[in-house]
Amino acid sequence: MPYDTTATAATATDEARRQLEICNACRYCEGYCDVFPALTRLSQMDPGAISHLASLCHNCRGCYYACQYSPPHEFALNLPAALAEVRQQDWEDFARPQAVARLFHRSGLALAAALVAGFAVLFAAIAALRPESGEGFYATLSHNAMVAIFAPAFVLPLLAVGLSLRAWWQAIEGGPVRWADVTRAARAAGRMRNLDGGQGQGCNFEKEDRYSDARRWAHQATLWGFLMCFAATSVATLMHYGLNWPAPYGFWSPPKLLGVPGGILLCIGTGWLMALKLRADPDLGAARVWGGEMGFVALLFFVSATGLALYAATGTAAVPALLAIHLGAVLAFFLLTPYSKMVHGFYRFAALMADRRPG
Amino acid sequence: MTDPGTPWDVAIVGGGNAALCAAIEAAEAGARVILLEAAPRHMRGGNSRHTRNFRCMHQGPLSVLTDTYGEDEYYDDLIRVTGGKTEPELARLAIRESESALPWMESHGVRFQPSLSGTLSLGRTNAFFLGGGKALVNAYYATVEDLGVTIRYEAKVAHVHIESGAFRWLELESGERIVARAVVLASGGFQADLDWLARAWGPAARNFLIRGTPWNRGEVLRDMLDQGAESVGDPTQCHAVAIDGRAPKFDGGIVTRLDCVPFSVVVNRDGARFHDEGQDVWPKRYAIWGRLVAAQPDQVAYAVIDAKARGLFMPSVFPPETADTVEELGTRLGIDGAHLAATVDAYNAACRPGTFHPTELDGVATEGLEPPKTNWARPIDTPPYYGYTLRPGVTFTYLGLKVSPRAQVQSGHGPLTNVWAAGEIMAGSILGQGYLAGFGMTIGTVFGRIAGQEAAAHAL
Ligand SMILES: Cc1cc2nc3c(=O)[nH]c(=O)nc-3n(C[C@H](O)[C@H](O)[C@H](O)COP(=O)(O)OP(=O)(O)OC[C@H]3O[C@@H](n4cnc5c(N)ncnc54)[C@H](O)[C@@H]3O)c2cc1C
Ligand code: SF4
Ligand code: SF4
Repeated sequence: MPYDTTATAATATDEARRQLEICNACRYCEGYCDVFPALTRLSQMDPGAISHLASLCHNCRGCYYACQYSPPHEFALNLPAALAEVRQQDWEDFARPQAVARLFHRSGLALAAALVAGFAVLFAAIAALRPESGEGFYATLSHNAMVAIFAPAFVLPLLAVGLSLRAWWQAIEGGPVRWADVTRAARAAGRMRNLDGGQGQGCNFEKEDRYSDARRWAHQATLWGFLMCFAATSVATLMHYGLNWPAPYGFWSPPKLLGVPGGILLCIGTGWLMALKLRADPDLGAARVWGGEMGFVALLFFVSATGLALYAATGTAAVPALLAIHLGAVLAFFLLTPYSKMVHGFYRFAALMADRRPG
Repeated sequence: MTDPGTPWDVAIVGGGNAALCAAIEAAEAGARVILLEAAPRHMRGGNSRHTRNFRCMHQGPLSVLTDTYGEDEYYDDLIRVTGGKTEPELARLAIRESESALPWMESHGVRFQPSLSGTLSLGRTNAFFLGGGKALVNAYYATVEDLGVTIRYEAKVAHVHIESGAFRWLELESGERIVARAVVLASGGFQADLDWLARAWGPAARNFLIRGTPWNRGEVLRDMLDQGAESVGDPTQCHAVAIDGRAPKFDGGIVTRLDCVPFSVVVNRDGARFHDEGQDVWPKRYAIWGRLVAAQPDQVAYAVIDAKARGLFMPSVFPPETADTVEELGTRLGIDGAHLAATVDAYNAACRPGTFHPTELDGVATEGLEPPKTNWARPIDTPPYYGYTLRPGVTFTYLGLKVSPRAQVQSGHGPLTNVWAAGEIMAGSILGQGYLAGFGMTIGTVFGRIAGQEAAAHAL
């Protein structure tokens, strides 16, 4: 009886299980990442366990180029793609409402439409709520109006992500969370350990079977740039409410010192990620959502680029239009967090937390 | 592009570990090198792409290797598996050179990892490749490309032209001629040529499965022997292990191996036992069962275990047949269920109490059974029952070219001036029979490097 790759592969999970069973009998890739050691510790390959492995995978592709069974071999191993499909399925299935997630994950066009809608909302708000007085941006849109729009646009999506994540955690049987899980995951994510090829040589994302650190650096710039921008906003909020020190802030203020370099890092990181993605083989990821993924990185790039442009335009007549464009993009980004590639960060972090190695 | 008239300094036949090591050495010595690989790019690397480790001598911890593995211990291990059928000078050379080969491999892109889970017993003697042999092969191809070696895929060599004791040119299957000052032959064994196997072993060989590449068909070996090159190794033998009978005809690789035999009862097509399943320990058992199955009718056998034994061995890529009774299991396996049940009943009745110990020879044996099972003989009585089909899977062949310690190919009239050989094609001098895990890559690396250095020195 010849080996039949189609017999069991009814769903993304079944296909991943088929491939993982081959890996479990082989184990050559054990040193690349956390997926393989976690695999050998499994007693059963149930859907929850497969979901966990899938979110541990960072799509470094080391195991694809090293695999003696990659297509056209009849075992047709393409673990990066198989696990990407499972992740994608989880992000869509655990999101509420699912239909929204399906739409935005797949379609870069839908993302663009959301972006334009974000602009429209901001332009309309600016036109309707023109403040009597105010300094800096607040001369265009009052602080209260901004809070009225952005507080819910920030909190509600996070709540949605939290609910999805809780359901997923139960599905993978993540167990009680300990502080050590959080610190371990933060260390792994902060260094992007799973993109270093296991020995610091990097991954096989855009240069096929040659290793490269480009994706790790680009992703790192994106992550840290994003976190700095986020910190800038948080600090500004604290300063506003806690210290009664409202914007605008000068260059040597904490929000700007975090925000400007953060914005530049984010711009470089996302631009670089897009360039790498154009060179990488789409068939080693979840090919059907390539457009949505690209659209999402482009949106992040747009957010950071318009933020910097807005800063550069301080005091000019371009501020109102730029402010609407930038805040519109931020609004779209926030609202899409539970329904776009942005959720991967949350799932990855949770997966790392649940990856408890003995000893 | 090079003018086709300009001869190459060194031509390398093959594209696996031995060929790549030779290419690197020759190119680093400054030679203009062409490497001819019969396979297309995605299938490059021969059997080397299926490997997982390399056996290495070392005084004290080295890279991922723990403790010490000295020359004498290594040599003793080799003598034990070959039963003394080995050329001591070449064997000791391979062993001694393996120690400096490891850092050389690392400096040419190979990465090692600690021994894989389930193979801890090899952590001292064998260095495992991160990502396995294909990652090693990829690293070497990248190195060779960077060194400016010309690589030709789908370039099968059909003839090595020898005139008055010296090599002149290679002829590809396409008819194209490659002229070079020196040649390194590293095209592996002939195990993928089933006709040749059938001539050597008998017609049963057509039912064998080939664990590695379909491209090692021995064209170059045959051609060289026809031109008077001296041979070593038993022409009728091949190294075969019992693998899952559902494995692909070629290239099934490591995942088709089945480690369940010691915990099972093994029967042939007629439902009869034919050998002591509890005999001996790994790694020798491994090779014994390839031959045993090859000698059964239709070259097939069936291993039966019960629920107690599941999880005692590395999982196989194919799920076993499963049934609630032994008889039904037999039917599912396609043999006479009643016969199988009778065999298992007789075996169960011969089992004696004892303390079962899966990882050592536990002496738990049958009594009054022919053939006996001398270890791990627990009754097979706990459903569900599982069954695996076993077939012989050929790893490599033993017949090869005789070489000097400098890897130079010998003919009846002395050495051929400018012909070297490395890897499986000459391994018969060192591995006359049996196999020592990780030694194939040692031979290929050590002699590949020597051959590359010698060929370059001759050409330059
Ligand atoms: C499944 C499996 C697992 C193994 N695991 C290990 C292990 O873990 N450790 C170990 O030490 N050994 C292992 N071995 C043995 C090991 O593969 C060989 O000893 C080793 O790869 C031999 O290297 P080589 O370069 O001589 O031959 P190969 O790697 O087989 O290379 C031969 C090359 O020659 C090419 N070729 C053939 N004919 C022609 C022609 N006419 N013209 C041009 N090119 C040609 C082939 O395409 C191929 O590229 C394993 C073998 C198998 C099958
Ligand atoms: S990806 Fe391929 S080489 Fe790696 S563990 Fe899986 S089967 Fe083995
Ligand atoms: S793609 Fe990389 S991270 Fe994902 S399973 Fe393979 S080696 Fe691990």
